[in-house]
Amino acid sequence: MIGVLFDGFAYGMLLFLLSVGLSVTLGMMNFVNLAHCAFAMLGGYITVTLMNDWHWPFLGTLPPAFLVTALVSVVFERVLYRRLYRASDLDQVLLTIGLAFVSVAVAAYFYGTIQQPVRMPDYLRGSVTVLGLTFGAYRLFLISVALGITVLLIGALEYTRFGAQVRAAVDNQRMANGLGINVDGAFAFTFALGSGLAGIGGALAIEIVGLDPSFAFTYLIYVLIVVSVGGLGSIAGSFVAAILIGISDVAGKYYVPELGAFLIYLVMVALLMWRPSGLFGRR
Amino acid sequence: MSVASTTPMLPRSYLQAQARWRPIEIAFWLATLLPFYFLPNYLVLASQIAIIGLFALSLDLILGYAGIVSLGHAAFFGLGAYTAGLIAKHGWGEPLTGLFLAALIAGINGYAASFIVSRFRHLALIMITLGMGLLLAEAANSVSWLTGGADGLQGVKIWPLLNTFRFDLYGYTAYSYALAVLFLVFLVARNIIHSSFGLSLRGIRENPIRMPALGASSRSHLRKIYTIAAVIAGIAGALLAQTTETVSLESLGFQRSADVLVILILGGAGRLYGGLVGAIIFMVARDQFSGNTPQFWYFWIGILLIAVVMFLPNGILGGLAKLGASWQRKLRTKAP
Repeated sequence: MIGVLFDGFAYGMLLFLLSVGLSVTLGMMNFVNLAHCAFAMLGGYITVTLMNDWHWPFLGTLPPAFLVTALVSVVFERVLYRRLYRASDLDQVLLTIGLAFVSVAVAAYFYGTIQQPVRMPDYLRGSVTVLGLTFGAYRLFLISVALGITVLLIGALEYTRFGAQVRAAVDNQRMANGLGINVDGAFAFTFALGSGLAGIGGALAIEIVGLDPSFAFTYLIYVLIVVSVGGLGSIAGSFVAAILIGISDVAGKYYVPELGAFLIYLVMVALLMWRPSGLFGRR
Repeated sequence: MSVASTTPMLPRSYLQAQARWRPIEIAFWLATLLPFYFLPNYLVLASQIAIIGLFALSLDLILGYAGIVSLGHAAFFGLGAYTAGLIAKHGWGEPLTGLFLAALIAGINGYAASFIVSRFRHLALIMITLGMGLLLAEAANSVSWLTGGADGLQGVKIWPLLNTFRFDLYGYTAYSYALAVLFLVFLVARNIIHSSFGLSLRGIRENPIRMPALGASSRSHLRKIYTIAAVIAGIAGALLAQTTETVSLESLGFQRSADVLVILILGGAGRLYGGLVGAIIFMVARDQFSGNTPQFWYFWIGILLIAVVMFLPNGILGGLAKLGASWQRKLRTKAP
């Protein structure tokens, strides 16, 4: 029981890392970015390449996974996305589904459709025993990384000038613009940050869920569930929703495996029907 | 657009003018008969194009005309396919009644879902349609004793159409059957779009708040068109099940929902022929290029989607219409 809760919590933390960037950018610009998990996948492949071909240590690959993904994403943002900020939902969905399709094909071209093998360092393997309960070392590591990032994010959003600008832009984009805040620039930066976090999430996900080209779509669905259940633009909402979804998914697969992912979709549809704008959504 | 500049037109005559058959439409439907004589080896492909075109038409009714963005429309296609397949598997292979029952089942489910769908817009709507589609796909996967699970539904036997035309290997019967159903349903859809109901759907698409103020309840309109679209999608699914004599889980998966969206956008949403033109281009291109590497086929689909959104916001038909309009303007300025 506690083991299931722990695994679910770790899985939820992973989902949180993958989805928090999308939640903030959606809240700021109302841009439906279905290519978000393609950026996460990029982070995963960067880690795989650095570890297997260049023999970097696992921890050393995480900063490049963040930085390269952030840089690549901001290029896409400047070149393609920004032209569609005022377009309809449908156009945004189509553009970003197109990008996701392309990313899947490119990943398959370079890496094949197989799962990428990655060998974790010894200190992240095995398990730790506390009070007679065993916890996976990697999952403990994952949870602490995710919690650390959460604290950093909330601190940056609540206590810095830039954070205040981002919050203003999420609340009311036009008003923030009128007050002289450079919403466009703030958005580009937030977008890069969010995609970079997804990149880290993708890198950390390899050990838990594996990595193959279908990642961009498989986990997109989970990320969208977290974002829409948590409410747009709300970090706390994403956090709670990610834990909720993570635990219900793991528990569902553990106790009633014949239902598969049925439970998780049911939770989402039910929650959305109850609160269409998410648990913490204001709109 | 030219209507507004002339003397005010009676609503009835406006709708009648819209509904008049144009020569190019008649030419299009005559051209659908050509494969019988010129491409007899491709009749199976042609029947699939007709079926997918019908499916895209059903999505056009809700997405192009009523503005309901759905990422789970394959649910109704799959419901129709499984209904028709299961009936035939369990001893009643008569195609027309199978088609009718599939439409009925898809319609009942569509009507139930429409109460949920009509309440939401924007991201919540996209997520709910996606979620309902995924729910159904998971459900079909877990009741593998009924649906055959990942292996697909085997042992579907369809009786000859009208007790005389057997479904042959070359697809003569399949294409005739699919084309006839497509044409009949198209006529119905065309009448719906050119009615006052169709006009108010376009009003809801443009402004869902103003329409109730004008006295047209948007929710009940949305419910109606969603149910109609579900029925048509169910018919398309049943056609596919009957002409291929098998049903796979893939018929209600996310991929199919995404494909039909691509097809419709490619052809041009909000145009009656958008789905049909998109289906022709998509299916022929896939037949020619996809080969044994479906991964790379999706690379081109992705590029195509990006290009259409960036450069052809109204699809191929929209682009052609714009081109035609600008030529006409040029001709008019040259010859006063």
